[in-house]
Amino acid sequence: MLTFPRRFASTAALLTMVSLGLTACGGTTKDSAPQGAGTGASAAAPASADPSAPLKEGLKIAFLPKQINNPYETIVDKAGIEAAKEYKGEAKEVGPSDASASSQVSYVNTLIQQRQDAILIAANDANAVCGPLKQAMAKGIKVVSYDSDAAKDCRNLFINQADSEDIGRSQVKMLADMIGSKGEIAILSATANATNQNTWIDFMKDELTKPEYKDMKLVKVAYGDDDDQKSFQETQGLLQAYPDLKGIISPTTVGISAAARYISGSKYKGKITLTGLGTPNQMREFVKDGTVQQFALWNPKDLGYLASFAAASLASGQITGAEGEKFTAGRLGEYTVGKDGEVILGEPFVFKADNIDEFDF
Amino acid sequence: MAPDVTTAEPADGVRAPAPAGHGRRPFGRFLRWDVLVGVLLVLVFLGGSAGSPGFASIDNLSFALGDLGEIALIALAMTMLVVAAEVDLSVASVLGLSSALVGALWDAGWAIETIIPLVIVVGAVCGLVNGLLVTRLGLPSLAVTIGTLALYRGLAYVVLGDRAIAEFPQQYADLAVGDVPGTPIPYPVMLFVVLAAVTGVVLHATGFGRSLFAIGAQQEAALFAGIRVKRIKLILFVLSGTVAAFAGVVYTLRYGSARADNGAGLELAVIGAVLLGGVDFDGGKGTLGGVIAGVLLIGLLRNLLMLNDVSTEIQSIVTGLLLIISVITPRLVAAVGQRRRSAPPTSSPAPPES
Repeated sequence: MLTFPRRFASTAALLTMVSLGLTACGGTTKDSAPQGAGTGASAAAPASADPSAPLKEGLKIAFLPKQINNPYETIVDKAGIEAAKEYKGEAKEVGPSDASASSQVSYVNTLIQQRQDAILIAANDANAVCGPLKQAMAKGIKVVSYDSDAAKDCRNLFINQADSEDIGRSQVKMLADMIGSKGEIAILSATANATNQNTWIDFMKDELTKPEYKDMKLVKVAYGDDDDQKSFQETQGLLQAYPDLKGIISPTTVGISAAARYISGSKYKGKITLTGLGTPNQMREFVKDGTVQQFALWNPKDLGYLASFAAASLASGQITGAEGEKFTAGRLGEYTVGKDGEVILGEPFVFKADNIDEFDF
Repeated sequence: MAPDVTTAEPADGVRAPAPAGHGRRPFGRFLRWDVLVGVLLVLVFLGGSAGSPGFASIDNLSFALGDLGEIALIALAMTMLVVAAEVDLSVASVLGLSSALVGALWDAGWAIETIIPLVIVVGAVCGLVNGLLVTRLGLPSLAVTIGTLALYRGLAYVVLGDRAIAEFPQQYADLAVGDVPGTPIPYPVMLFVVLAAVTGVVLHATGFGRSLFAIGAQQEAALFAGIRVKRIKLILFVLSGTVAAFAGVVYTLRYGSARADNGAGLELAVIGAVLLGGVDFDGGKGTLGGVIAGVLLIGLLRNLLMLNDVSTEIQSIVTGLLLIISVITPRLVAAVGQRRRSAPPTSSPAPPES
């Protein structure tokens, strides 16, 4: 009788041979395969929009954030839920406690069973949520992504807080102004797969290739996973690993406040320039104690408000998500659906010591 | 300590008649925890069907079952390990590594028919490493697999980095999310049923299965009885790694997204289900039926709580409490049984209660 390891080795060899054989016969590869996303059951044929249709009353709308108890997402969703009162809808927020790719999927299923009129999702992974979202659309549920997009054919609209390009490039400009366009810089992002963060970072990298930034060098992109403690530790790690670091861009509210907290209590205070995207309430003390001069963001309340109205307009048949359609988002006024079903809230807003006290969120 | 090997504690659920003279347990059949979990499962199902619209719908149940697929698959191998008084905490990391490999190789233009067997072999090797460290170096599996939990997850990031690979071939994606034609049963569930049946027979009706219980109950005694303890454990670890890698393939295709962080934390869900199902963490006791009931109970309960908009925090508290109760109750029952058995001998021919 063969001993176990030998038998194992022979099995492995056999399997390898079988697979090589299969390859030789021509298997399914990336280039040959009909692909999963995009060819599945597509949503029902778009109905024609009726711009004059009134917003329906009693619409059931659900916000599914990347993760609950994330301060930023809470602000967005609360504002969206408030907005629903204006059109007499019922809105709620449900979601997972971790920001992993798959944990949102069971929530989408639940919302389908609950027969919501619209699902608003900040996708943790553009593709992992795709299948269930398509099922939702096939059942007549409108899907709006906000903050972080799902794959294009898995949602009707994407409410983008600001043009990704504007955000990415303006972050680099802001930091360059403060450090005189010279020195090593690093980025402290959220999770490695966050769609929005990665798009911004790509634009930052592109901006940095311009000649005026020839003396600025991006040395590292670190990931704090939108976890306060991890972001704190990553900041510490960056500053230890790169003693000549001049600036950090943290395009995430959790990351920038953790980084500011570490810097304000360390010997690096005043030596390192921190900027990025943050909320005024989280950053107020660091702006006042001089750790941070300026940072940017859009108004998350407006984002939730706009997303809520966009979902209601879809569910009422005012719009279908096609380019060029217009809808009115309550107090924010009229918006136009852009290319690929994208609606842009506006330009990033810069917070500084002289204006931060005007904001409370 | 020289226990009589031939009467080494027969595990619960072993169908063979208890050897004569072994303590009869008049209440054992009714107070067994795994039966209780089954009853609880039925209650949750009936309560959910009656009280929550959408719960009993075919779509929802099919989804809920499909969503448990990977946990259920890994739980099969984990049950055998825990019965043999070992544990594999690296399973979710093997799943992640397997997902990352699928993504990286697919992205590099390999054929999916090559990738899948290769990835499963890698999973077996991961299990082999765990098994060799435990059996050859005599290290505790808890410590070894905490180490490889980090190691394999690290490798997953080396393989795929922070990328997410999507767009797998439709026919394979259909296998992972689709239903068996003409039924509402997802393919992975069908596969699980077959594998569960095989595992059930192996665990409860073969010499190999009995030797697992013997190892878990009394490893020294099992050795003296001629059971090749190390070899069996090595097989179990390889099996665990293999199943975890396979679950990684299913997971990747089901979500249509290969990532290094896939399945993070899943090992706790698996071990939770195994414990909830009444398998003793010290080894030697448990039934596969109980584990399956445990997996289903956690899954359906969570689905039901979500349908009723119960917050994630409360969901986590409910499942946590359920787990603690599942560990405490069998011990309480055992203590009560012990007291009954050690009652005055006059009561033994005819228990006063009956």
